Amino acid sequence: MPLLEISNLTTEFDTDEGRVRAVDQISFSANAGETLGIVGESGCGKSVTALSIMRLLPQPMGQIVGGSVLFQGRDLTKLPLSEMEKVRGNEIGMVFQEPMSALNPVHTIGKQLAEGLLLHNDYGVQKALKESIDILDRVGIASPDVRMGEYPHQLSGGMRQRVVIAIALACKPALLIADEPTTALDVTIQAQILELIKELQTEMGMSVILITHDLGVIAETCEQVVVMYAGKIAEKGSVFDVFDNPSHPYTRGLLASIPRLTTQPKSKLSVIDGMVPGLRDLPAGCRFENRCPYARQACTKSVPPIQIVEKRHEVSCFRWRDI
Amino acid sequence: MPDTPILEVRDLKMHFPVNEGILLRTNKFNKAVDGISLSIQAGETLGLVGESGCGKSTLGRCITRLYQPTSGSIFFEGQDITRLKGNALLPFRQNIQMIFQDPMESLNARHTVGDILEEPFIVQKIGDRISRKKRVQELLEIVGLPARSTSRYPFEFSGGQRQRIGIARSIALNPKLVICDEPVSALDVSIQSQILNLLIDLQKEFNLSYLFIAHDLAVVKHISDRIAIMYLGKVAESAAGETIYHHPKHPYTRSLISAIPIPDPHRKIKRQVISGDVPSPIDPPSGCSFHPRCPHVTDRCKHEPPQLRFIDDKHLVSCHFDL
Repeated sequence: MPLLEISNLTTEFDTDEGRVRAVDQISFSANAGETLGIVGESGCGKSVTALSIMRLLPQPMGQIVGGSVLFQGRDLTKLPLSEMEKVRGNEIGMVFQEPMSALNPVHTIGKQLAEGLLLHNDYGVQKALKESIDILDRVGIASPDVRMGEYPHQLSGGMRQRVVIAIALACKPALLIADEPTTALDVTIQAQILELIKELQTEMGMSVILITHDLGVIAETCEQVVVMYAGKIAEKGSVFDVFDNPSHPYTRGLLASIPRLTTQPKSKLSVIDGMVPGLRDLPAGCRFENRCPYARQACTKSVPPIQIVEKRHEVSCFRWRDI
Repeated sequence: MPDTPILEVRDLKMHFPVNEGILLRTNKFNKAVDGISLSIQAGETLGLVGESGCGKSTLGRCITRLYQPTSGSIFFEGQDITRLKGNALLPFRQNIQMIFQDPMESLNARHTVGDILEEPFIVQKIGDRISRKKRVQELLEIVGLPARSTSRYPFEFSGGQRQRIGIARSIALNPKLVICDEPVSALDVSIQSQILNLLIDLQKEFNLSYLFIAHDLAVVKHISDRIAIMYLGKVAESAAGETIYHHPKHPYTRSLISAIPIPDPHRKIKRQVISGDVPSPIDPPSGCSFHPRCPHVTDRCKHEPPQLRFIDDKHLVSCHFDL
C-alpha cells in the first residue's frame, strides 16, 4: 500500500470574480521511501496540491471540494482539525520556498525548533532542547548550541533553509513535502540543500514530495514525477519514463525548451507558443489544446482521459500514440 | 580585434558606505564591485555570472550610470563617460539601455503601454506625436505584441508579455548596448525560451551588444559569446563560453558548473558540492576571496590575493595555480 494516495483531489478558490478550480481531479501516489517530484509552471496547481494535502489552504477562500488524500490509510480531507494538527509537523513535515517568511523573526531558532518537539512528544524542555541541538547539527549547522539562541535574520539564506528543514524533520515525519525548497537559493547552496535532503531521506527512510519548476532538480533527485498543467496532471511516471519517453506534448515542449550547457550557443530554442490559460477561462477540452502543435478537433471538445503508456507511466492526451 | 570596443571598463570600483552605530558613522564599505575590467565588442554578448551579492547587478548599474562609481573608468566607443553629468550624459543614455529582472517593478503601473514606449522619444526630443505613435506600433510588432496593446496597462499582461514591453522600451532608441539584468529569471520555463529567442533575434537584426547578467550558467552560455564569472566583486575567470564550460580553470567556476542540475536522470555523477556560504563583501576574506570555500586552498591563498592572468590569449583566470 502506498504511503500517500491521492484520488481525484479537487480544490477550488472563491475569488472576487467567482469560483476557480486550481486543482482538478488529480490522482497520484507516493510509496514509502520514495522521492516524488511535482513539476509545472506558475499557476499549475502544484503548491495548492501541497497545501491541500496539509489542509493549509487559505481560509475561507480555499476549499477541497472532492476526492481523497489517503495517508497511511486515513483520509486527511475528512480528519477533524484537532487530529490534523497531530499529523502536521509530526507525521508530515513541510518546507517552504522562502525560509525568511517561514520562520518567525521574533523567536529564536531554538524556540521555533523545540516548539514542535514539545507539542508532538511527551518531552521535557531539557530533552526538547537537546534534540533540537542534535537535529541542527544533523542538518549541517556549525556550533548548533550557539545558533539555538540566534534569530533568523542572523543567518544566511542557506542556513535559514537548513533550519526550516530541521524544524520539518524534528519529529521524524514519514513524509516531507518540500515546496520549491531551493528556488530562492544560489546554485552552490541549492546543491548543498538537495544533497542534504537526499542524505536525511536515506537515513530516516522517509518519503519526499518535491515541488519545483526546475526539470534539472527533478531529474537529479526524484524517482517518480508528476507533470502538472493548468490544474491537471498532464503526465506521470518514473523519471526515466518521463524524461526518456515524454508522451505529453507539454512535457516534450518543456524538455525541448530548456537551454542546456550542451546546446549550440545562440541557436534557436524550441518554444511552446502562447501562454498558460487563466483559471477563469480554461479551454473546455484539453487544457493544453490552444498551445499544442498536435491539437485536433477532438481535443477542443472533451478532456482527454488518463491513458496508460506503460506500467506506472500515464498520460492525459488523445494523441500520444501519434506524436 | 583592432576596433574600439563598444564598452570598456577599467578597474571599476563601487564601494557603498555602511553606516553603523548611533551616530551612523561610516567605518566600513560594502565593496560590491572591487576592481573590474572588461570590454564588449560591437554585436557581441558578454555574459556575467555569479551568485547573489557578487556585484553583478551593481556593475550593470554603474555602466548605465545609475550609480556613480567610486573609482575606475567606463569608456563608451572610446570616450570616457565615467564623470559625465546632466545633458552631456543624454546621448549615452540613448545608446546604453537596460532590461530589468522584474518587469512589473520596472514598468510604471499607472501608465499605458503606449505612454511607456513613447516616453524615451519625449525625453530625447525625437519626432512629433504622429511619428512617435507610429514608432511605438513598430516596436510592439518587433517584440511580438498585438498593436492594440498601446491603450492597456502593464497589469493586463502576463509576465512574459511584460518582459516584451520592457525589451521594446530598451530598444526604442536604437541603442548600441543593452544591459540585460536577469531578464528571464522571473519567467516560467516555456516563456523563458521565447524571450531568449527574441533577444537573440534582436541582436542579429540590430547588431546590438549585450551585457547579459544572470545567475543561471546554462542560460548565459546559451546567449553569450564570452562569459565572465564574478565572485565577491571581482572577476574569477573569463573566456569564451565553450572554454568556460569545457575547460574551466578556476575552482569556483568548476563548482558552479558542477552544481547545475542537469535534466537527464541517467546522469548520476557525484556532484562536487562546495561547502559554506558566499562571504560578505563588507568584510571579505583575506588573500583570495574564494579561499574559505576552495577545495585546493593553500597557505599562499590565505595571504596573497591572486591577480587576473592570461593562460591563453582569451582566457583569464584569477588563481595562483594551474589546476
